[in-house]
Amino acid sequence: MENTTHPDPDVALATSGPTTTAADTFAARRRSPVQRVQHLLHSHPAISPLLVLVASWLVFSQLNSRFASAGSLSLVLQQAAVIAALAVGQTLIILTAGIDLSCGAIAILAMLVGAKMSAEHGVPGPLAVVIALAVGLLAGMANGLLVTRLKLPPFIVTLGTLSVFTALGLLYTKGQAVQAIDMPDFMTWTGTVIKLGDFVITYGVVMAVVLYVVMAFVLGQTRWGRHVYAVGNDAEAARLAGISVSRVLVSVYAVAGLIYGLTAWIQIGRADAASPNAITDGNLETITAVVIGGTSLFGGRGALVGTALGALIVYFFRSGLSLAGVDDQYRILAIGVLVIAAVAVDQWIRKVRA
Amino acid sequence: MTSNQSAGGQPVLSARGLVKTFGRVVGLDGVDLDLYPGEVLAIIGDNGAGKSTLIKCATGAMIPDAGEILLDGQHVSFKRPQDAKQAGIETVYQTLAVAPALDIASNLFLGRERRRPGPLGSVLRVLDHKGMRTDAAKAMSDLGIGTLQNMGQAVETLSGGQRQAVAVARAAAFATKLIVLDEPTAALGVRETNQVLSMIERVREKGMPVILISHNMPNVFQVADRIQIQRLGRSAGVVTPTSHTMNEVVAIMTGATTLEETPGQVASAT
Repeated sequence: MENTTHPDPDVALATSGPTTTAADTFAARRRSPVQRVQHLLHSHPAISPLLVLVASWLVFSQLNSRFASAGSLSLVLQQAAVIAALAVGQTLIILTAGIDLSCGAIAILAMLVGAKMSAEHGVPGPLAVVIALAVGLLAGMANGLLVTRLKLPPFIVTLGTLSVFTALGLLYTKGQAVQAIDMPDFMTWTGTVIKLGDFVITYGVVMAVVLYVVMAFVLGQTRWGRHVYAVGNDAEAARLAGISVSRVLVSVYAVAGLIYGLTAWIQIGRADAASPNAITDGNLETITAVVIGGTSLFGGRGALVGTALGALIVYFFRSGLSLAGVDDQYRILAIGVLVIAAVAVDQWIRKVRA
Repeated sequence: MTSNQSAGGQPVLSARGLVKTFGRVVGLDGVDLDLYPGEVLAIIGDNGAGKSTLIKCATGAMIPDAGEILLDGQHVSFKRPQDAKQAGIETVYQTLAVAPALDIASNLFLGRERRRPGPLGSVLRVLDHKGMRTDAAKAMSDLGIGTLQNMGQAVETLSGGQRQAVAVARAAAFATKLIVLDEPTAALGVRETNQVLSMIERVREKGMPVILISHNMPNVFQVADRIQIQRLGRSAGVVTPTSHTMNEVVAIMTGATTLEETPGQVASAT
C-alpha cells in the first residue's frame, strides 16, 4: 500500500470558510494512543505480523538456542517455501474479496499430471513442467470463469472444484505417488541444494522468494495490480470507472492457478516425489498465512509482504514449539488463536475514521 | 449568474425526441434536451418523471428506443457507458463511486492509470505514481480543494463530501465535453453539499458545461443557469432561476400548473 502518512483530519475543504465550529474543534482533537495505533496499522497492515514474527523469534530462541541456528532456519525456509508460494495465489484471490479452497487440489493435480507424464510417457522434464503450469493455469481459469460467468460465490465454486480437481488427480494416477527416481532430474531440480555459509537452501526457496518479489512488483506498480485492489475494494466503483471487473477476476484466478502449477514443481523437489497426499491442507494453510499476514478477507486491502510474514510465522511456531519440546497440539491451538486475533485486528482497523 | 445559453450558439449536447419504454411503462415520451457551452443545466422532476432515464440515455447506460443524440452537432449512439466516456462525457454518481481503500490519486486515475515514460513504463509497465499524484493534487486544487494535501491518503479516511469532491475532480479532470452529476449531494450533509455546489461553480468557471440532476430545489436554484422540468416522461418546460420562483417550479413539476399558465417574469426562459 502506498499511503505512507495520515495527516491530521482537520482537512476541511477550502470552501468551508475560516469560522471554527464545534465540529472543527472535535475533528482537530488529539488522538488517543489507541487511535494512533489503529491509524498506524491501517496504513501499514504488515506491522502486526512483523511484530508477531519478531516476538516469536525472541521467545523461541530463548526456549531453545538451536531455533536461531542456521540449520534450523534453513529447514524452516525449505518447509515454508511450498505453502508460501501457494499463498501468493491465495493472496491475489483474497484481495479480490474471493477465496480459493481448491488451491492445494490444483497444485496436486498439476503435480501429478506433470510427474506422470514425465515418468510414464517419456515427456522431457522441461515440457512436463510446462504441462504442470498449463494444468494450473487452466484449472484456475475454470474457477474464474465459474465465478464470473455463473456469478457463483468463490467459496462455493472452489469448494466444488476442490473435490473435482482432487478426484481428477487421483483418477489419473490411480492414487499412486510418482517417485523421483522415475522422473527426469529436471522435475526435482527445485530441490537442488545451495549452500550459503551455514545456510542450506534450495532452488525452490529461491523461486518462492523471486515469486514474491515479482508479484509484489506487479501488484504495486502496474495497472493490473491497481485494478485487482479496486475490484476487491469496491467492484461497482471499479466498474463505473471503466474497469472490466470480470476480466480482472478471470485473470486473477488464472494467474493464481499458474502460481499453483509453479508451486507443484517446488513441492516435487521438496518431497522428491509427486504424492497425492501432499499439501492437501494447502487451502487452509494458505488462508491462515494470508489472514495472519494482515490481508483482509473482505478484499482490497493487504499486501504480499504480509503473506510472506504470515507463512514464516506458521513455520516459526512449528519449528520453535517442537524444539521447545511442546506437544504439537499446542502449535495447532496457537495458530488458531492467531488467525482469530488477526481477523479481529483487521475488523478493528477497517473501522478507522478520519 | 451568467448564462450565455441563448447566445452560445450550437449546443454541446442535444437530444431530440428521445423515447424509452420498459414494457408498458413509458420512461421517456419524446424528450428534447439542449446543453449549451459553459452552463449548468439542472434537470428536476418527481420520481418516475424520467430524469434518470433521460440522463442514462445520454451517458450510454441505456439505449433509447427512438430519438437521436447529438454531441457538438455530430450524431452519436452510445452502446455502453464507456462509449460516452470516450466521447468526453463524465458522470458522477450519487453513490460516492470511489474505491475506499485506494488513495486519492489512485481513485482519480482509476481505470486510466498512467505509466512511466521510457522503458520502465513500456517494458516493465511501471505506473507513474509520482506524476499521477502531482496531477491529482493539481486537479483537486483547481476546484478549490487545496486543503487535501496528501494524495496518498486513503479515500476512506475522508468525509463524504471530500469523497464526492474526489469523484467530481475525477470527472472534471477527464471530461472534454461535459459532466453529468446524478444527485451528487443526495448522500451529503448541508455543509458538504455546499462544498460540492461550489465545486460545480468552479467547473462552470472553467467553461465546462454541467448537467445536474437533483431533487433539492434550493441547490438547483443556487447553481443552475437553466432548469429543465421533467414530468411524467415529458419535458414540462425549461425555466431559469430568475424567471420563476421555487414555488412555481414545484407547481409545474407536480402538475399543479403548467408553463403556459405560469409563464414567469421574463420570457427569456426558452
